[in-house]
Amino acid sequence: MNNIIVYCEVKDDGKIADVSLELCSKARHLADRLNVNVDAAVIGNNLKGIENELFTHGVNTVLVLEDSRLGFYQTLPHFSVMTKLIEREKPYSVLFGATPVGRDLGPRVASYLRCGLTADCTALDIDENGNLMQIRPAFGGNIIATIICPDVRPQMATVREGVMKQEVFEKQKNTKVVNLNAAEFLNDADFVVKIIERKLEEKKIDIKGAPIIVSGGYGMGCKENFKLLHELADLLGGEVGATRAAVDAGFAEPERQVGQTGVTVRPKVYIACGISGAVQHRSGMEQSALIISINTDPHAPINSIADYVITGDAADVVSKMIKYCKSNSKK
Amino acid sequence: MQKKDFQIVVLAKQVPDTKNVGKDAMNADGTINRAALPAIFNPDDMKALEMALMCRDILKKENIDVKVTVITMGPPRANEIIREALYRGADNGFVVSDKRFAASDTLATSYALSMAIKKLGHYDVVFTGRQAIDGDTAQVGPQTAEKLEVPQITYADELIAVTPEMIRLRRVLQHGIEVVETKLPALVTVHGNAHDCRSRHAHLVIKKKNTEIPMWTADDINPDFDRLGGKGSPTKVKNIENVVLAKKESITVSSDDEGIKGLIEDLTAAHIF
Repeated sequence: MNNIIVYCEVKDDGKIADVSLELCSKARHLADRLNVNVDAAVIGNNLKGIENELFTHGVNTVLVLEDSRLGFYQTLPHFSVMTKLIEREKPYSVLFGATPVGRDLGPRVASYLRCGLTADCTALDIDENGNLMQIRPAFGGNIIATIICPDVRPQMATVREGVMKQEVFEKQKNTKVVNLNAAEFLNDADFVVKIIERKLEEKKIDIKGAPIIVSGGYGMGCKENFKLLHELADLLGGEVGATRAAVDAGFAEPERQVGQTGVTVRPKVYIACGISGAVQHRSGMEQSALIISINTDPHAPINSIADYVITGDAADVVSKMIKYCKSNSKK
Repeated sequence: MQKKDFQIVVLAKQVPDTKNVGKDAMNADGTINRAALPAIFNPDDMKALEMALMCRDILKKENIDVKVTVITMGPPRANEIIREALYRGADNGFVVSDKRFAASDTLATSYALSMAIKKLGHYDVVFTGRQAIDGDTAQVGPQTAEKLEVPQITYADELIAVTPEMIRLRRVLQHGIEVVETKLPALVTVHGNAHDCRSRHAHLVIKKKNTEIPMWTADDINPDFDRLGGKGSPTKVKNIENVVLAKKESITVSSDDEGIKGLIEDLTAAHIF
């Protein structure tokens, strides 16, 4: 009763998705304030030992449903399991990753239970009345809305990947694994949708985990200048990011786009080159630990969130940075 | 033999164009100045319309009688997008509009839409965009599927096959694609990668210019009134903040050689680089 359930996504390699571990970590902090447990719901096939990783991320109870038909995610069986589980456990809150899976499953579950669901949260908190505050950008990132569900439980939310920190906790004292009986939770009608074919592409570009991101905007001027960003990123062991305008102009691949419609990043260092800093972009990078802004315009909005401001031509400044990084590493 | 008829429903929304938010889009008090924003046909819904029309093209070849009906919920002026859909080939459409729908969250919206679809009687497949650009929640599609108790196929980007009994689609995964098939009826949400919608037909523009677009009120869809509007919406907005930049202490670095050299040395010394 009143626990926080985290729906945990299982990747094709059998591991728990990063976003789910991020959610477990956040749920731990919320649960400590509410004095309740964190339950992780894991649905799939071949889940032996899956609890270990969850216990180190603050989970008390791992609820496991294993079935040979559940090798890949499908809406209806996961819907059946989650709705029955929630009806039985009566949790305070249920959290999903705002991934294609979580955004497919969460709404259907919330609809059945007639409870509230807030999509794409970027922060979660608890208000003075014990309600879960679900905070999300709305209206193209121009406003930040705080949503609550004062009258209905559970309070459900999907949370964007990369916005919560993944943390390692000491194992809770009361950890346990509960194996759920598939026959109680599933029926044949749940398998009406057939997967005919499935092709996974190794995602070549993934800037989310990079400790340093050298990011370019439309102000870089041309695709050629983006090569400088790659050179600097390689020197620093980082990745290249881009704004939507730069991606639209063909300067960088869509996978590199940071912001509201791209990825959310929180690197150690974010170097913004020729980026003015529209809200849509800032919402995807403002949590970076250190921000360096290079812009010809001293009043560019990005400068107000930057730790270091360099006023000048981005291509020129980046060239200098490359030069001095090289000479520094020789010492 | 009796000709079988096949009903396709498209759910569409008229949205403010949030991609083109100008300086006058926000009021001084942080609320949205909707009047300053152009209203457009939600882009993903336009792609859903195209997929519906493609289904009709395929099934018509099998000599099946197919109708594409577009439904929108919104203010009366949302009939603009119904007309747009008619110009592009939809057979008919109507607006569900009532003050009692005001303050609906996705749960109340999907309930109203599902009741409107049920009112149509028979339907075989429902298409809608993955998400609307004014909310980006992607919730109304799956929630409507649940209310109709039909399977959902989300993130579809290509129609592969359709028959009166089944539909086969390609859908976008986080890191790849999947081809799935389901029995009908079913609900499909269409991804932004899908085919662009065909253009208006000149003869349809002439023909449908003055077509009256029916409007249904809450009473017409025979709802449980407690499940509509604010009353039927469990989520409440506690607070809205206009995005204002918090001023942060920043260090100004000169863009000359000396400045950059110093910055790199400082950051290296601090183990940041």
